[in-house]
Amino acid sequence: MAQGQMAPGIVSGRLSSDELTSNFTDLHPPLAPHEAAVAADRCYFCYDAPCVTACPTDIDIPLFIRQIQAGQPRAAGQTIFEQNILGGMCARVCPTETLCEEACVREAAEGKPVEIGRLQRFATDDVMTSGEHPFERAGLTGKTVAVVGAGPAGLACAHRLAMLGHDVVIHETKPKPGGLNEYGIAAYKSTNNFAQAEVDWLLKIGGISIETGSVLGETVSLDGLLEAYDAVFLSIGLAGVNALRAQGAETDGVRHAVDFISDVRQADDLSHLPVGRNVVVIGGGMTAVDAAVKSKLLGAEHVTIAYRRDREAMGASRYEQDLAASHGVRIMCNVQPVAVLGKGAAAEIELEYTASHDGQLSGAGDTVRVPADQVLKAIGQTLEGAPEGLELDGNKIAVSAAGRTSLNGVWAGGDCAAGGDDLTVTAVAEGRDAAMDIHATLSV
Amino acid sequence: MADLTTNFLGISSPNPYWLASAPPTDKEYNVRRAFEAGWGGVVWKTLGAEGPPVVNVNGPRYGAIYGADRRLLGLNNIELITDRPLEVNLEEMARVKADYPDRALIASIMVPCEEAAWKAILPRVAETDADGIELNFGCPHGMSERGMGAAVGQVPEYIEMVTRWCKQYYDRPVIVKLTPNITDVRKPAAAAKNGGADAVSLINTINSITSVDLDTFSPEPSIDGKGSHGGYCGPAVKPIALSMVSEIARAEATHGLPISGIGGVTTWRDAAEFISLGCGNVQVCTAAMTYGFKIIDELTAGLSEWMDEKGYTSIDQVIGRAVPNVTDWQYLNLNYIAKAKIDQDQCIKCGRCYAACEDTSHQAISMSSDRVFEVIDEECVACNLCVDVCPVDSCISMVPMTAGEIDPRTGKAVDPEYANWTTHPNNPMAKAAE
Repeated sequence: MAQGQMAPGIVSGRLSSDELTSNFTDLHPPLAPHEAAVAADRCYFCYDAPCVTACPTDIDIPLFIRQIQAGQPRAAGQTIFEQNILGGMCARVCPTETLCEEACVREAAEGKPVEIGRLQRFATDDVMTSGEHPFERAGLTGKTVAVVGAGPAGLACAHRLAMLGHDVVIHETKPKPGGLNEYGIAAYKSTNNFAQAEVDWLLKIGGISIETGSVLGETVSLDGLLEAYDAVFLSIGLAGVNALRAQGAETDGVRHAVDFISDVRQADDLSHLPVGRNVVVIGGGMTAVDAAVKSKLLGAEHVTIAYRRDREAMGASRYEQDLAASHGVRIMCNVQPVAVLGKGAAAEIELEYTASHDGQLSGAGDTVRVPADQVLKAIGQTLEGAPEGLELDGNKIAVSAAGRTSLNGVWAGGDCAAGGDDLTVTAVAEGRDAAMDIHATLSV
Repeated sequence: MADLTTNFLGISSPNPYWLASAPPTDKEYNVRRAFEAGWGGVVWKTLGAEGPPVVNVNGPRYGAIYGADRRLLGLNNIELITDRPLEVNLEEMARVKADYPDRALIASIMVPCEEAAWKAILPRVAETDADGIELNFGCPHGMSERGMGAAVGQVPEYIEMVTRWCKQYYDRPVIVKLTPNITDVRKPAAAAKNGGADAVSLINTINSITSVDLDTFSPEPSIDGKGSHGGYCGPAVKPIALSMVSEIARAEATHGLPISGIGGVTTWRDAAEFISLGCGNVQVCTAAMTYGFKIIDELTAGLSEWMDEKGYTSIDQVIGRAVPNVTDWQYLNLNYIAKAKIDQDQCIKCGRCYAACEDTSHQAISMSSDRVFEVIDEECVACNLCVDVCPVDSCISMVPMTAGEIDPRTGKAVDPEYANWTTHPNNPMAKAAE
């Protein structure tokens, strides 16, 4: 019997298994073939299409949509994968509303872009469910590259290198490959264990081995890798999380949103996953929205996103904000946490209204208290565990356009590298491009 | 509300929409439903000679061409004339006509090209009190292999001969239905007129194979792995039909011959276009087969609405209004000069105009790095391709230049006088202007 939404504290089983199953189905169900034909027909096949320019991986979108129109979704999938081997995941998680679909001329014309993301999923699903891997390796070069981190950047880099004939060993800390695709992305965007299926499918290219439990700085060192391999690609992500500067920040019930999301993603049975009755998520990015929506879907009664700046400044797109709102999440802007209150465990959070003067944010004095038995911190991740000797750019590893770091033989990409938007799709682009540069370097 | 009452060859119907001779008019049941729905008339599914009726294939009779959302754009059929006994059809026709005296009921007939065959069937048809007959010289499939249908319609002498028999043995209006599967539709139309036809109707369907199954390599529709050409109809054929109608309407030999327009009439607008090109009424089939008889409500209301807007009070005022504007290419005004103009406020920056012009036409549209598309007047020949490929209605327009302006393409002033190819200096056959 489900506990119900009003059960106090952080408890599991707020909703029945059926309700949970229905809540965590696909956010955007796949297009049926006829739906895809109709959706594809809306594409104008623009000249020098703005959607392609907007895509970090430069997928030839009008071409793949025309291939769907012409009844060949598999060829469409091939077009996508040539540019973006994680096109299946990107079809699910890309914020298309700020990328290709925002650039779509039909967005300008009628506020209703071609459904590029869903069409991409239609095409990539067609290839992936066939079970066949669409690429073959070039003749073996005898070179081996170490990739550190099996997230989107690392996987994209490894695949491209393998395709070009190099062998690749991926060193991954976690027990499963996939990185944030596996541990970090909203469950309602990547259902049916898609992340693992995608990795399995990607590895069919051959020539890639994955060593899990391999931790840079602990079990392996950069020097050791440089010695053992012909090149190293670092895609270690952002392992650190920013601390919450508020009184009572260590109170029970306060935790990092990324850990909460990871628990949801890894849960075998969502009815065993605890969630608060009153959840407050601190932050304004996509992680905040994901954590808030997931809390709601797990059965939290009240979920609030508290963000210190105004709505325009939120990292989450308007689409994501609306998604949260449509799930009943309340978004409070211009408030910052000052204290988590409660005896032994969090019960309330005190938020102070903020004001911005010349870009400087400061507390305005007025405060408000919101019931909060669970506080999820989504206030940003930071680079952690980067090897010594690498030049940094701000808080990230400095890289050239091709992903070269300040050290010879070391490339970097994905969230750990400077530039990019911390998106799956930019990580894929960076991994792929670094692979091309590594290949060029090794081929000399 | 404009009065849609139509008087075609003295046959009155409450509106100009008749159902064409085809599956929708094969039986009393269907025709009664059509009349209840409000159709002005029907041309009954083609009758054959007395005796065992024809048989149809027992597999697919139709093939289709679709738009993306399975909007039916073109239909192909390999169905023959009625496969029900003649007497059954005649009895039903008589009953229906008696019950709906205000509607037009026309008998379509196809019997062998022998005088005796026509002489035999015509009195039987007359007994039904049908308002007239339509001679099916059009069906391009099946029956044509047996020397009927399009096989007659492709030989003007036969058309004239059979029409003459019909006028001799039948005293009500005779309409000759023409096939488009010929090179010059004016010849069969003139033959019909010479034979005494009261009107022609056109077009019948066009020889077609809708598609080929790329697994079995059978044409569609496929009957046990084989296909035969069918007759193509529906929205896709309308432009062909309009042209053929206009040729008959303006040819000296056939000008004034009443025409019943057929071919892809789908909305009121199509009907208005056929009528403006000289048709006294229109016949509809594919649209009814696609959407059912209820479309008559839109067809009648739409035509009436448009006529009210334009101040026309009867169909007669519309008939043939566009005919004087149909001319030969050689008489088109070569001093009429237009330039494409792109409305930047409406432009959605898809660049289709640019691709079309740059790749396939006159390199007369420029593209800036921020996707502003502009017409280069020095190159623009006003071909209209940019207008045709632009997804935004009225974003690009063809703006005529005014007399005296300098055309940047030629450097010459726009001549206010009309001048055509017949007097153009480049024409070796040019006549000196008088």
